[in-house]
Amino acid sequence: MEKTVEVLKSATVRFAGDSGDGMQIVGSRFTETSAFFGNDLSTFPDYPAEIRAPAGTLFGVSGFQIQFSSQDVYSPGDEPDVLVAMNPAALKVNLKDLKPHGTIIANEDAFIEKNLNLAGYKSNPLEDDTLAGYKLIKVPITRATNNAVQELGLTAKDANRCKNFYALGITYWLYDRPLDITMHWLESKFSKTPVIAEANIKALKAGYYFGETAEIFTTRYKVAPAKLPKGIYRNITGNHAAALGILAASLKSGLPLFLGSYPITPASDILHDLSSFKNFGVKTFQAEDEIAAICASIGAAFGGSLAFTSTSGPGMALKQEAIGLAVMVELPLVIANIQRGGPSTGLPTKTEQADLFQAILGRNGECPVPVVAASSPADCFMMMFEAARIACKFMTPVIFLSDGYLANGAEPWRIPHETELPIIEGEFRTEKEGYFPYMRDEFLARPWVKPGTPGMEHRIGGLEKQHITGNVSYDTANHEFMVKLRAEKVKNIENHIPLAEVEGDQEGELLIIGWGSTYGSITSARERLLAKGYKVSRVHLKYLNPMPRNLGDILNRFRKVLVPELNLGQLSMLLRANYLKDVIGFNKVQGLPFKASELEKKVIELLTEK
Amino acid sequence: METETTTNGTIEAAAKPKLTAKDFASDQDVRWCPGCGDYSILAQVQRVMPSFNLPKEKTVFVAGIGCSSRFPYYMDTYGFHGIHGRASSIASGLKMARPDLDVWVTSGDGDLLSIGGNHFIHTLRRNLDLVIMMFNNKIYGLTKGQYSPTSEHGKVTKSSPFGTLEEPFNPLTLALGSGGSFVARTMDRDPKHMQDIIAKGKGHKGTAFIEIFQNCNIYNDGAHELYTEKDTKPDHTIYVENGKPLLFGAKKDKGIKLNGFRPEIININDGVHSINDVIVYDETSKELAMIVAQLCDFEDFPVPFGVLYKVQKPVYEEQMEEQITDSIEKLGKGSLEKLLFAGNTWEIK
Repeated sequence: MEKTVEVLKSATVRFAGDSGDGMQIVGSRFTETSAFFGNDLSTFPDYPAEIRAPAGTLFGVSGFQIQFSSQDVYSPGDEPDVLVAMNPAALKVNLKDLKPHGTIIANEDAFIEKNLNLAGYKSNPLEDDTLAGYKLIKVPITRATNNAVQELGLTAKDANRCKNFYALGITYWLYDRPLDITMHWLESKFSKTPVIAEANIKALKAGYYFGETAEIFTTRYKVAPAKLPKGIYRNITGNHAAALGILAASLKSGLPLFLGSYPITPASDILHDLSSFKNFGVKTFQAEDEIAAICASIGAAFGGSLAFTSTSGPGMALKQEAIGLAVMVELPLVIANIQRGGPSTGLPTKTEQADLFQAILGRNGECPVPVVAASSPADCFMMMFEAARIACKFMTPVIFLSDGYLANGAEPWRIPHETELPIIEGEFRTEKEGYFPYMRDEFLARPWVKPGTPGMEHRIGGLEKQHITGNVSYDTANHEFMVKLRAEKVKNIENHIPLAEVEGDQEGELLIIGWGSTYGSITSARERLLAKGYKVSRVHLKYLNPMPRNLGDILNRFRKVLVPELNLGQLSMLLRANYLKDVIGFNKVQGLPFKASELEKKVIELLTEK
Repeated sequence: METETTTNGTIEAAAKPKLTAKDFASDQDVRWCPGCGDYSILAQVQRVMPSFNLPKEKTVFVAGIGCSSRFPYYMDTYGFHGIHGRASSIASGLKMARPDLDVWVTSGDGDLLSIGGNHFIHTLRRNLDLVIMMFNNKIYGLTKGQYSPTSEHGKVTKSSPFGTLEEPFNPLTLALGSGGSFVARTMDRDPKHMQDIIAKGKGHKGTAFIEIFQNCNIYNDGAHELYTEKDTKPDHTIYVENGKPLLFGAKKDKGIKLNGFRPEIININDGVHSINDVIVYDETSKELAMIVAQLCDFEDFPVPFGVLYKVQKPVYEEQMEEQITDSIEKLGKGSLEKLLFAGNTWEIK
């Protein structure tokens, strides 16, 4: 049969199966290969909180979506073109997102009565007309995999576990991807059990050859490499980028890095990464709880380290009192909150932006803390670096916000050379003449004096400080003075961050203003709108406290301001409060990022209403 | 600018060959209630500090919240007055980051065992080289008189007008059970003993836990008087010393004998028993330490003071440094450029 090749600008594939089916692994492999191939891409891993939920159940379905393109990609795509469904539950959960006439590659071996019942199917959807509107490709993935690895004499369980690579092989054929990068990965991953590597490679190849020889695929797709700016690239997730960012800040400031942390989803990868950087002199401490983690970091900051603590929402709540202490003792400290669905334990593996209030307004008393937020996985590197720069220059704790979507999502990153990164000022005072612990420089920062410096012994703590001397003071006028001074110190940071930039017309009908991880969805939506002739400008905030000093002015140049957020309107409320601008919120709290189409629809509504 | 307002010592330690207790007193007014046992602890600490021959700038006192936790303000060293219960954590982070510093924790029974209980047990099992002094007055003083985790069962306080419903912690068995490598007890009314125990704690490589019986003369006056007053002290206290028999009483004629795992009080002059029946203390025996630490839980038994347990164990921050040194030796000093460009990269021209 003749097979045609169709050239696509971009494609979106979703792998879905049981949480033990290895969907995250093959998704990551597809990502690595596509990145290496030169596509721009964006990924969205979506998995349950349970490590191995009961097989075949709806809540146990784990998915990994990737959009890859020959052009710029800003989001993992709204609707997959291809859905790989390893069992009925995976089909049931994901079918609603599949593009009309999209392709389904289903493991027909898993569509047995027990699994159909678990997924709530009364009859087999592969046999009835459930999938009439789609291109269905039934593949006996389990049997084919077993045949492929048979000669290796593996146990039935081990043989079965290779089926994800068989499915990956089919998609590699479908999108004309090379196999060698994944084969090398398997060889190195299973270097101690080469038979497992061999089995997976056999399964991968068998899947690929199935695509080539089977009579059911009539079309093969090509997605050419993207034209990204010149440079050397790697694929990176938000958490890896954040870990590299804080390490880079440590090296560019000359301050030893100390991380106090407690394991929490989805932040733990930062702790894992930094724990492995021992030969950089990084000290990591897995504490007994979130509070000990941040307090140890504060102790390390007192000792002269670049102190860092990483967590997610519930851990952030526990750390708030200690953040207040860091505000009072005015020591540099970076706190990373990788947000997840809340409140309480909430949705540990899902994304949300509902900790903005917690970051800006948490804590007792008047307790200002600078807050920055990353806008994409790779941006976590620079914003973490920024957080450290602000912390050291202004002697203050700084909160870095990311979220589950950025943390686990990946994109190609043009790697900066060490020499391109600025130096971070983190100086210790050793001059004792004229020294007082709470004297101020032109940035209102107090001097950082390390214990061990002779003749400058001093005491700090959470009680209110007398201006300049730093002695404990209960004087009421001094307290008000100090409260205002701390507020002014943080407010003044607005003079040391970039101005907000408007993309598109500088004034007009509609401005979209977002923050954090919605960057990609908003960009995609705006591109679609521009293509349809709508005029839409946008600002994306990476500095949430203080906000860029030209922001109020920008807001007033637009008749309507739309604020999409994955919460019930936290930035909206801050903008209304700070700038008296009647902004329009667009909010979603489903543990998922915005789809570009949702935003597009909302904007068209706003632009066409009378 | 008035010179009195500075909290910073103008005396450079290195220039002065021998420091005195006075050198360790800061210029801040001490604000404990007159008659508080804390004054004695401050005096004994300031008295023993010069004997360690360490420059003042290398010393840091870290505290949480409570009367005890004001301690750092009164020492002319570096100091950190933290938040409630977290002194152990702040001190741990500081010591990990700066193993060259001499780090002390001052805390109370509420701060260390209640709100800071979790940090306390984990700090002990990690065994950083710290001294933790817990001032135990069996009451919350700074919040004006509520029961603490060491208050006796049934204790009537402001927050327990009908008596408490809970058993108190025995801080010594808690410390032993948490894997503490140095566990000791002393009291505010025995300055010489306190100085000796503090010096021993400081000399121990690892976390030294020192419980100090301290009188709160406002909210729990006389809580320890059975052990501190001349007429009752001999029969109600026992001073343990390594290698010495466990004797007590005014005439030192009462001893502790073990009957299996059960301690018994014997009179070595009763004609039936002799000094040979009395246990000779071994501070490296955790079993013995556990039994002796619990003596006060038996009726009519004396309360133990002294170093109950002392063993050498790996020290956390040293192991942390070792891992770093080993890793640098094996992989070479890390290069940021190499790390950034590690893994699968591709070039776009």
